[in-house]
Amino acid sequence: MPAPQFTSVTARAVVLDAADVDTDQIIPARFLKTTTKDGLAAGLFADWRGRPGFPLDEPSAAGAQILIAGVNFGCGSSREHAAWALAAWGFRAVIAPSFADIFRGNALGQGLVPAAIEPAAHAKLMTVVRDAPDTRVTVDLERLEVRWMCGPEADAVCRAAFAVDPFARRQLLEGVDELGYLLKLDDRITAYEGVSR
Amino acid sequence: MTARTLFGKVWDAHVVAQEPAGPAVLYVDLHLVHEVTSPQAFAELRARGLRVRRPDRTFATMDHSIPTVKNPLAVADASAAAQLRQLVVNCEEFGVPLWGAGDPRQGIVHVVGPEQGLTHPGMTIVCGDSHTSTHGAFGALAFGIGTSQVGHVLATQCLVARRPRTLAVEVDGALGPGVTAKDLILAIIAALGAGGGTGYVLEYRGAAIRALGMEARMTLCNMSIEAGARAGLIAPDDVTFGYLAGKPHAPAGAAWDAAVDRWRGLATDDGARFEHAVRIDASALAPMVTWGTTPAQACAVDGPVPDPATAGGADERAAATRALDYMKVEAGKPLAGKPVDVVFIGSCTNSRLSDLEAAAKIFAGRKVAAGVRALVVPGSQEIKRAAEAAGLDRVFTAAGAEWREPGCSMCIAMNGDALTPGQLAVSTSNRNFEGRQGQGGRTVLASPLTAAASAIAGAIADPRPYLEAR
Repeated sequence: MPAPQFTSVTARAVVLDAADVDTDQIIPARFLKTTTKDGLAAGLFADWRGRPGFPLDEPSAAGAQILIAGVNFGCGSSREHAAWALAAWGFRAVIAPSFADIFRGNALGQGLVPAAIEPAAHAKLMTVVRDAPDTRVTVDLERLEVRWMCGPEADAVCRAAFAVDPFARRQLLEGVDELGYLLKLDDRITAYEGVSR
Repeated sequence: MTARTLFGKVWDAHVVAQEPAGPAVLYVDLHLVHEVTSPQAFAELRARGLRVRRPDRTFATMDHSIPTVKNPLAVADASAAAQLRQLVVNCEEFGVPLWGAGDPRQGIVHVVGPEQGLTHPGMTIVCGDSHTSTHGAFGALAFGIGTSQVGHVLATQCLVARRPRTLAVEVDGALGPGVTAKDLILAIIAALGAGGGTGYVLEYRGAAIRALGMEARMTLCNMSIEAGARAGLIAPDDVTFGYLAGKPHAPAGAAWDAAVDRWRGLATDDGARFEHAVRIDASALAPMVTWGTTPAQACAVDGPVPDPATAGGADERAAATRALDYMKVEAGKPLAGKPVDVVFIGSCTNSRLSDLEAAAKIFAGRKVAAGVRALVVPGSQEIKRAAEAAGLDRVFTAAGAEWREPGCSMCIAMNGDALTPGQLAVSTSNRNFEGRQGQGGRTVLASPLTAAASAIAGAIADPRPYLEAR
């Protein structure tokens, strides 16, 4: 698989206003009985789809590429299928006040950017997108900021900074393949094995 | 020399390379593999023409999707069967040892690793499973990884990792009768919150921890991830060495003595600094149960379910209200007395021999309440044999409980063992997320004692009166 690359995405967003969204909700375990990465979009939030008012079912969600969710998004299991399913559905970034560790790593590896922004900015962004689902939201990995129009004036741009591990950021901006990076360290791994094991 | 923590010593000893101000390349001593999170990783190796670098440091077992009946492969549904078969093919092609269906060593990955003596103090251990933290009970740095990283470790025995911060969980006092390691970890998670350990490695310390046996320590470390911490460690001591001695993959002879000398040096040095610390009084704890849909939403079995209005922030209040609604639980009242449909005793948290012995203490001479389905699922073939030799299986079946073959079973409900919509289960497993044990199912997490007492009562029950009656 070619290494994922990401600079910036500007798109409509979906608001999923829930804290502690765990990976069993993102993709229930019964969808993990697979040996490939194919078809996982069908499992995305499978048990929440069809519930009255579930945001991903709304017509306005079609074509959205950014998910805005609550604190501790992606907690629970290590299943990378959660990141694969979000990416397969069409998401390129998730914005939340915080992320679970394993999910954040899995997402970055897929080129799905986890943008953790301050709770105050997050609340403001949710309100704006809820009121105007057509709002274009930008997740900019180069500048490490989330931007959106927050007023009628052409220059009414709101911004919220986010942090991404610099190494992971460089990999995504440059399309570096992490396994390739590790394979190039073969001599050092062999040297380590010689000394320590 | 600077005083170092247990975590710091293990981490420092495994750094192969360090990016300036960035992550480390960490060497992995032991890589455990199962059928669900590995197929895409093996496929990646195949696509790139790579081999498994250290098949001698890699072990595979079947646990997540394997039916918990005799001849599991004959009854597995088509997709589970294909996944199990793919693991056989992958292990053969890449030379990885596999403890598959029918092997006397087969079982849940975090049960069989320690049981076979693969897990040693001071090791780095990874697996495509978040409950890999279990192995931290031995003073190993053990954590779950995604499938891409499973591929990285298969191919290079290394992964890219950022150094986490350290959090000391100091547990003083002593657990009271009927209060177990499971109750302790549920109390710790409730104190930290579902995301409170994010970015940290926990070290469990103090008198109450030292007093725990190895299996109880595994229960404790197992659920570190439920507070958001990828790993939880306990310093190795004579309890650890006593458990490991003589295990098939433990060092033997002079190598054993040398290893124990080395392992004794792993404990956190006096004066070493943790970035954060919490303190828990074990003697103040009662048996715990979860009332919500994260493991952090827990309370004493005899205490009132907290009112969402008293929860900290708006987010927490909303989450608590949503959880109570899903669970059909009323705030302000104890959970004890709430009718149950299913009791599940098993999982990488609580399926070891001491867990089954605890449950059997309650089941002995009693009957599972009418209308309740009780499943007892041992964590491994070895535990199953030991339990049967001790007559525990007959205690369970005489009480009316099902005695199953080893696997993850109803903890993750991938293998055919599942709740039906609306059913309420008391489970010794680790996650009470919505639908975790089956679509629409509701889960109350508890200790094996509480689970067994609830099976007898037909409702959520405090196990202590059942123990006193003995």
